[in-house]
Amino acid sequence: MTSQVSSEAGEALLGEQRGAPAVSHDGDAKEVRRLDRVIIRFAGDSGDGMQLTGDRFTSETASFGNDLSTLPNFPAEIRAPAGTLPGVSSFQLHFADHDILTPGDAPDVLVAMNPAALKANIADVPRGGEVIVNTDEFAKRAMAKVGYAVSPLEDGSLEGYRVHPVPLTTLTLEALKDFGLPRKEAERSKNMFALGLLSWMYHRPTEGTEAFLRRKFARKPEIAEANVAAFRAGWNFGETTEDFAVSYEVAPATAAFPAGTYRNISGNLALSYGLIAAARQADLPLYLGSYPITPASDILHELSKHKNFGVRTFQAEDEIAGIGAALGAAFGGSLAVTTTSGPGVALKSETIGLAVSLELPLLIVDIQRGGPSTGLPTKTEQADLLQAMYGRNGEAPVPVVAPRTPADCFDAALEAARIALAYRTPVFLLSDGYLANGSEPWRVPDTGELPDLRTAFATGPNHTLADGTDVFWPYKRDPETLARPWAVPGTPGLEHRIGGIEKQDGTGNISYDPANHDFMVRVRQAKVDGIDVPDLDVDDPDGARTLVLGWGSTYGPITAAVRRIRREGGHVARAHLRHLNPFPRNLGDVLKGYEKVVVAEMNLGQLATLLRAEYLVDARSHTQVNGMPFKAEQLAAVLKEAIDA
Amino acid sequence: MPEHEELEHTGPEHTEPGRTESLLSLVPKAEAVQSMKDFKSDQEVRWCPGCGDYAVLAAVQGFMPELGLARENIVFVSGIGCSSRFPYYMNTYGMHSIHGRAPAIATGLATSRRDLSVWVVTGDGDALSIGGNHLIHALRRNVNLKILLFNNRIYGLTKGQYSPTSETGKITKSTPMGSLDAPFNPVSLALGAEATFVARTVDSDRKHLTEVLRQAADHDGTALVEIYQNCNIFNDGAFDTLKDRERAQEAVIRLEHGRPIRFGTDLAKGVVRNPATGDLEIVEVTPANEGDVLVHDARAATPTTAFALSRLADPHTLHHTPIGVFRAAERPVYDTLMAEQLDAAVEQHGKGDLARLLAGNDTWTVVG
Repeated sequence: MTSQVSSEAGEALLGEQRGAPAVSHDGDAKEVRRLDRVIIRFAGDSGDGMQLTGDRFTSETASFGNDLSTLPNFPAEIRAPAGTLPGVSSFQLHFADHDILTPGDAPDVLVAMNPAALKANIADVPRGGEVIVNTDEFAKRAMAKVGYAVSPLEDGSLEGYRVHPVPLTTLTLEALKDFGLPRKEAERSKNMFALGLLSWMYHRPTEGTEAFLRRKFARKPEIAEANVAAFRAGWNFGETTEDFAVSYEVAPATAAFPAGTYRNISGNLALSYGLIAAARQADLPLYLGSYPITPASDILHELSKHKNFGVRTFQAEDEIAGIGAALGAAFGGSLAVTTTSGPGVALKSETIGLAVSLELPLLIVDIQRGGPSTGLPTKTEQADLLQAMYGRNGEAPVPVVAPRTPADCFDAALEAARIALAYRTPVFLLSDGYLANGSEPWRVPDTGELPDLRTAFATGPNHTLADGTDVFWPYKRDPETLARPWAVPGTPGLEHRIGGIEKQDGTGNISYDPANHDFMVRVRQAKVDGIDVPDLDVDDPDGARTLVLGWGSTYGPITAAVRRIRREGGHVARAHLRHLNPFPRNLGDVLKGYEKVVVAEMNLGQLATLLRAEYLVDARSHTQVNGMPFKAEQLAAVLKEAIDA
Repeated sequence: MPEHEELEHTGPEHTEPGRTESLLSLVPKAEAVQSMKDFKSDQEVRWCPGCGDYAVLAAVQGFMPELGLARENIVFVSGIGCSSRFPYYMNTYGMHSIHGRAPAIATGLATSRRDLSVWVVTGDGDALSIGGNHLIHALRRNVNLKILLFNNRIYGLTKGQYSPTSETGKITKSTPMGSLDAPFNPVSLALGAEATFVARTVDSDRKHLTEVLRQAADHDGTALVEIYQNCNIFNDGAFDTLKDRERAQEAVIRLEHGRPIRFGTDLAKGVVRNPATGDLEIVEVTPANEGDVLVHDARAATPTTAFALSRLADPHTLHHTPIGVFRAAERPVYDTLMAEQLDAAVEQHGKGDLARLLAGNDTWTVVG
């Protein structure tokens, strides 16, 4: 359960030995072994349906009650040339009978649907791992396409692995021969055959997938039944063929989960739900102005399904219009949101500056991806932190909130909305591609537990002039929060004009007065600096001398790495930032309390730069920008080096 | 070609049979009778003395009481440029935003608040250069916005560079050897962008300007009003051809719905369709061709003839410039459609239930 407070019980229990002794032998029945965790990777061509296969296996696993974490990985091209290395799409799933934090470093099982998938992924599989290969696709031409002169199934190069050669395509066609489907159509079900086989291997429940297939293909019942048949054929193949002598059980992770109702959820879905929940808790209509961009579009898709919650979604002509419409809706009293990724943030910068000047609530959701420019649209990165902090003209401070796990995107959205509404300011919510598409179990919150986000609109005059006249001053601030009143059109007597030109303190009238500008710049900064954010929690059971600090989606890998170190008797403290602007009040003291501070992030050291500037600490960066999340093992090695240094 | 007798000579302010009540009815009415003074803000107007913007401001402030809407339900949104200071001078809600983005911001406001009367004030640079994209998309969506495009054919606030409506060859600070750009015709552009209401008027003609505002306000959907506006500092006299009583006789073609399109001294000239090309041309009206003179139909289902009319003007000399409402057609309004989808979603799925949404369809229970 990665979104809960860290528990040392989980990965500390793990040995590297995953194949525990057999737990049952029942006459001629196949051997069943119990494992505490498994990492499976499905890999195939972009058109092979690997994401769907992974999603289904995940759902089965979630409903079975394992803890899990997923890592979808796919190319930016919708259909890259078939059978090529750039066209390989994969889905990695880590599931366990205990609390886990990451989608796992290396797969125990690789399902390779074609030579390209094998070639692109085999290096990640440790020796001794299981490899299930669709032998039908290993024709000369397909192998030549990816540089296999000789079949890797025959040249001995896979000797260290437990290889299961399975003619997946032939078996699928055979299973569907009575359906009378065109060959191409029937072949498409081979992913369901593979899913059936893996479901047998790991004792996954199957009802959910069958129901899913019938729902998905409700309008084409023959396709639905063909897929169900392929799925069952895969299961039966596992059960009967001698090649698969052993199946595995991974018990539900009962101890890892506090009591409650659970579901599996991805980051973008959790974030969408967080926005809907925030609007409900604020008693305001939700308005999304957005322009499609990977990996943020799913939020636009999701919110557009929930118009019965009063959610308005506006697909604008461009990124600028997306945030423009949101800002207009904010002026009108909506909880306004724009969703995008790094390149979109660049285009929205001027409007974010306007929102800073207008002091209206606005959420800017940035699902970060690899940059600069178009960069790596489908890969993850955390390199927009400084853009979110400083990417505007003038002094334009914007609060920044970052979720740390897929499920945490829900809570982070509520927190960003709280700050935006209470302080009348645009707020950045910095998620990333890994959180967006990854998923994990989530304890469904009781709606009664959600924070109260209600805020009052201005209703009447708030200032008395020297002559005794009561007037409305749009820039007269709340002395506590420094927030200005939110006076929405339609409120009689509060007619006022706001704009991007510097305003006179209080009245909001245009002012070019130098002293007033100096004051307004400082007061806008003071408002953001003064935002009430919780203190930083430090996980340090051993009184360590080294602290590892992260933010955002590195939570899982960092925490897993810390567990590894502690398991081996090492001492390291760990803390994770949700608030990047303003920082928690105690951050400076926390940092100064350690001899060494290591900052791990998926950029070239952006948080470390901020910490060094703000606190004059010798923060050491450990960085990675390969489009993938950190691997716990590598991170543990780096931390160990830092501890020992 | 219908005979002009067949067209009713009614202004669009009259409700037509079968037409649903105007969207203006969603905006609360003022409780008391208003005057022009009610719409003047306490801010000092800071345009250059003699600027055409003053006349437009006075016309708008003078027209608003006629609308009789609650002042607090009126919002003026502008971009950047001289004209975009307009909202500061209106005692309504207002936003002076950033360059070119007013239609986008106003779209968010109008689509989320159908009880507001939302006006956009913009200029030729703001609307047609940096903000061209937002303008055309607001028009094609038919968002319920009233857009006043002040066209002075020059950049005033940045002190005198050519604009996207400046005539080719114009000598300005940034084009000492003459501008190389072909200008936009804002009316043609708007019609090409599927606009449902397009009009042109002139700052100095208060009566005409007010009548066009009246029709624009009454229109359901986006109304684009191009206002020829004199910049007496950087492009003085740009529209003199249209304002000089003598010259205007030959230069201005006044469009009135249901009337034959005739102009010139003694209405001696008329607009006819060339049967071979379908294009419009100008002829001396004779008893023989009088029946061929085009009758203006602003409510035509297609914008074809309105577009042809917009092409009559010579961009350099402004000869044969049509003034008036080119097109006032009905098409579903974006805001209405959006609101209807929300209602339909509630009808189909019931009012949103957060607890049910969060739980989804695949849950499992852990007992403590």
